[in-house]
Amino acid sequence: MTDRALVVAEIPRLRRYARALTGDAARADDLVQDTLERALSRWTLWRAGSNLRAWLFAIMHNLFVNQIKSGQRIEYYGDDAPSEPEMRPTQSDALEVRDLAAALQRLPVEQREVMLLVGLEELSYEEAAKALSVPIGTVMSRLSRGRERLRALLAGTEAAHLKVVK
Amino acid sequence: MIERPLSEQELHAFADDRLESGRRLDLEAALEERPDLAQQVAAWRNQNQLLHRAFDAVLDEPIPARLIDAARAKPESGALRLAAAVAWLAVGGVIGFVVRGHYASQRVELHAALPRQAAIAHAVFAAEVRHPVEVGADQEAHLAAWLSKRLGTPVKPPQLSSVGFELVGGRLLPGDQGPVAQFMYQDTRGQRLTLYVRADAEDSRETAFRYAQEDKVGVFYWLDGKLGYALSGELAKDDLLRVATAVYRQLNP
Repeated sequence: MTDRALVVAEIPRLRRYARALTGDAARADDLVQDTLERALSRWTLWRAGSNLRAWLFAIMHNLFVNQIKSGQRIEYYGDDAPSEPEMRPTQSDALEVRDLAAALQRLPVEQREVMLLVGLEELSYEEAAKALSVPIGTVMSRLSRGRERLRALLAGTEAAHLKVVK
Repeated sequence: MIERPLSEQELHAFADDRLESGRRLDLEAALEERPDLAQQVAAWRNQNQLLHRAFDAVLDEPIPARLIDAARAKPESGALRLAAAVAWLAVGGVIGFVVRGHYASQRVELHAALPRQAAIAHAVFAAEVRHPVEVGADQEAHLAAWLSKRLGTPVKPPQLSSVGFELVGGRLLPGDQGPVAQFMYQDTRGQRLTLYVRADAEDSRETAFRYAQEDKVGVFYWLDGKLGYALSGELAKDDLLRVATAVYRQLNP
């Protein structure tokens, strides 16, 4: 009972991360479902008392990367991503949030994952490194590049909105 | 100040609040001399805040039943009971989910979210045999001090022995806006109640008692300024109201 309750308690965070990672609610829940099924099938590999959340994020990372590799989904890496239709700003907070969701999808996947695990899910750098199976130095450099890239993307959309308003 | 060069790695750790306090103070001082770096750090922090604003609403959505099912592929008896309770809650929230849409960026009304979150937290932890609380009633003073610090406002578990319930302890939970406290009580028959306390209402309001029934879990909830309370238990409504009234009287003597 204990173990299952622990997994259920993690579902909201898994959903939040997957939503931000994929940018699509239905696809995100598919990813969460795959993650839960995979986790239960490998339950004996989880050491009780170790960090369940980081372990679940690691499973999700592997599934997500495999999906992309197998070409199930198209991921955009460059600046040739389709642009969002321009809209007049309505309410600044909603606009900011929408811009962010769109900008995230234009970050390379490995930068997006680090940005979200650290900035949204608040994993420590060590936990993020473990979840992604990379050295901590790689986490730091991806974080640095991701933040710079996101800043540039958001500055770009801001400029675009200003132009529209004028 | 310790003269150590500022590495970019440390600036990120500073922005993410991952530095130990001594070094954090060093960086705070150093950044006063470097407005360019201070601006960069502020921009990174702003990105983290934006991420929360954009996606924290997901935490508040009811969990789709298919995900609950996936998490209990090989249910044990207790898990089955819990999962059934939580799945029921998910179904109950479907209408709200559809109406709010997938990317609802507006805040969910506190009075709609409060009883559901409290009932889920109750279903998860009241069934817990070995670790129902993080800090036990034997450390009550520590419990109150710790939760007050995390919620940013004084909270303390009411004494409910007059209505037959003794404090088991409490725990910290993630709410949609920040930390939330849960106190657990138990009577001599092992019947459990939980009091869920959140301190993050944006506008100060006061409400009368409201009642919500989430499967077998009844919830009395009310707002008091920036605090929201929800008392959950599998009790008859009248019995639960008796306890809720006792809680309310102690909080508002």
